[in-house]
Amino acid sequence: MSELEELMKVFGEAGGDNSILVREDIAHFAASGNKILSTRATQGLEIQAEETATGIAARVRVLEGTIIKNPVHLCFGILHKKGLQEIRMDIKFETGASAHFIAHCIFPKAEKVKHIMDAVVEIGENAQMTYSEVHYHGPYGGIEVLPKAVVKVGKSGRYLADFSLITGRVGKLAIDYTVKAGENAVIELIARVFGHGDDMISIKEKVTLDGENSKGLIKTRVAIEDRAQAEVTGITEGNAMGARGHVDCMEIVKDSAVAKAIPIVNVTHPLAKVTHEAAIGSVDKRQLETLMAHGLTPEEAVDVIVKGILK
Amino acid sequence: MPLLEIKDITYRVKEKEIFSGLSLAIESEEVHAILGKNGIGKSTFAYLIMGCESYIPTSGVMLFEGKIINDLKIHERAQLGITLAWQEPMRLEGISVRDYLTLKKKEIDPSIYLEMVGLSPELYLTRMMDKSLSGGERKRIELASIVALEPKLAILDEPDSGIDMLSIQDIINVINVLKKNGAAVLLITHREEIGKIADKASQICNGKIICSGDPEKVAQYYKSRKCEVCIAGVCAYV
Repeated sequence: MSELEELMKVFGEAGGDNSILVREDIAHFAASGNKILSTRATQGLEIQAEETATGIAARVRVLEGTIIKNPVHLCFGILHKKGLQEIRMDIKFETGASAHFIAHCIFPKAEKVKHIMDAVVEIGENAQMTYSEVHYHGPYGGIEVLPKAVVKVGKSGRYLADFSLITGRVGKLAIDYTVKAGENAVIELIARVFGHGDDMISIKEKVTLDGENSKGLIKTRVAIEDRAQAEVTGITEGNAMGARGHVDCMEIVKDSAVAKAIPIVNVTHPLAKVTHEAAIGSVDKRQLETLMAHGLTPEEAVDVIVKGILK
Repeated sequence: MPLLEIKDITYRVKEKEIFSGLSLAIESEEVHAILGKNGIGKSTFAYLIMGCESYIPTSGVMLFEGKIINDLKIHERAQLGITLAWQEPMRLEGISVRDYLTLKKKEIDPSIYLEMVGLSPELYLTRMMDKSLSGGERKRIELASIVALEPKLAILDEPDSGIDMLSIQDIINVINVLKKNGAAVLLITHREEIGKIADKASQICNGKIICSGDPEKVAQYYKSRKCEVCIAGVCAYV
């Protein structure tokens, strides 16, 4: 079995659709470690990638006015127990461009793996990027994942990102995203993580609302059990007239897990407004009792609630 | 043998006695309305029967189909056939209306139950049980979920609160369907028109059932406000 076939096999087992590789109308880019395994661009999309000593450096452009109908799939992974993968991404959506990128990050056997993602993203005027990042780290927890992104969103642009790591172990995760919003720009950052064992989760997301009437939402949903630890820092700055921001963090804690939430709101313009809400604790007793009154055992009820907030 | 038998229940919170020697029996397929002024403990009574956390009788016995249920957890009571529609149903993030209605019985068609409470399945099945639903919508969905469970005893805690006047008939329909399906209903309500469909009614005052019998007579007695100066021994039965 080739490395690509193996990567796609795990991708399929994790719920992915293997047909994305063969379909001509779907763009993709697949890399294992520092090897580029497969790439396909569609009209209006440019992918220039090269292998580096420790990973991949890629330059991606969605050209002016291009609206890519089907999601663009990015498959990254390390199939071995040990390894390092450093991905450097330079992404630009030109004026009026629109696309949905889905990154599948697959590390099924990770025992001593490090995955670094360092992305610089520029969203042009009236452009829209939807970015979904789905991780699968396998059952061992021997992985360190360090996703970092600096995103700049232009006038009336939209950047909607959704990070998900809810199957298998997390290992050590340290997300560090910074997004700057221009006039009328809309930012939405959603992260959903389920930690087990001695997983360590750190999520730091910052939205700077510099443009007039820009809007930002940071929404984080974390569930942790066993001895896992999570620290969520959501920072929103309102620096312009009409800027509206909200930070919404919910963490469910079970067993000996420890959670911390740090919402930081900073407003420098009198006509900007930023709000925040954070809830940390065990599963809500009334929610639990509602489900138990429907005949669910306490374990089933907790499972339904946790899966719900991570959905 | 009554379906539910409450025998001489006492329930104390710190030094305050909420119930002192409360007794009540509900037969199968009986709709039994509970009346009483605000703060008298009607919802507390519902939570005691359902077995909610920290709602444990200080003394007395609760029997369901002849089995003592005092020590059973909520889900164990639910598995026996007891369920509760909360006065203020919870929001549940990430759970669709369809998921909620089929929590325990995956095989049912949830549309039937939504239509029963006046909600369109096309519009509501994919909606989330979160803050996007109004209080009235959540109440209706809660009632639909109770019917879908096919319980032996449904405790409805003020099913009419937060639901507009035009929808009262929907609630009455739900109660009739529950009864038709063989369920007894313990109905906590302030609305006379809903209370009237009960087979029997009881008034709680001063920690006891002070009168029990024909719903209209109990309602008249309640409206006379004699309970404000309750002398439980005098007005034990209507």
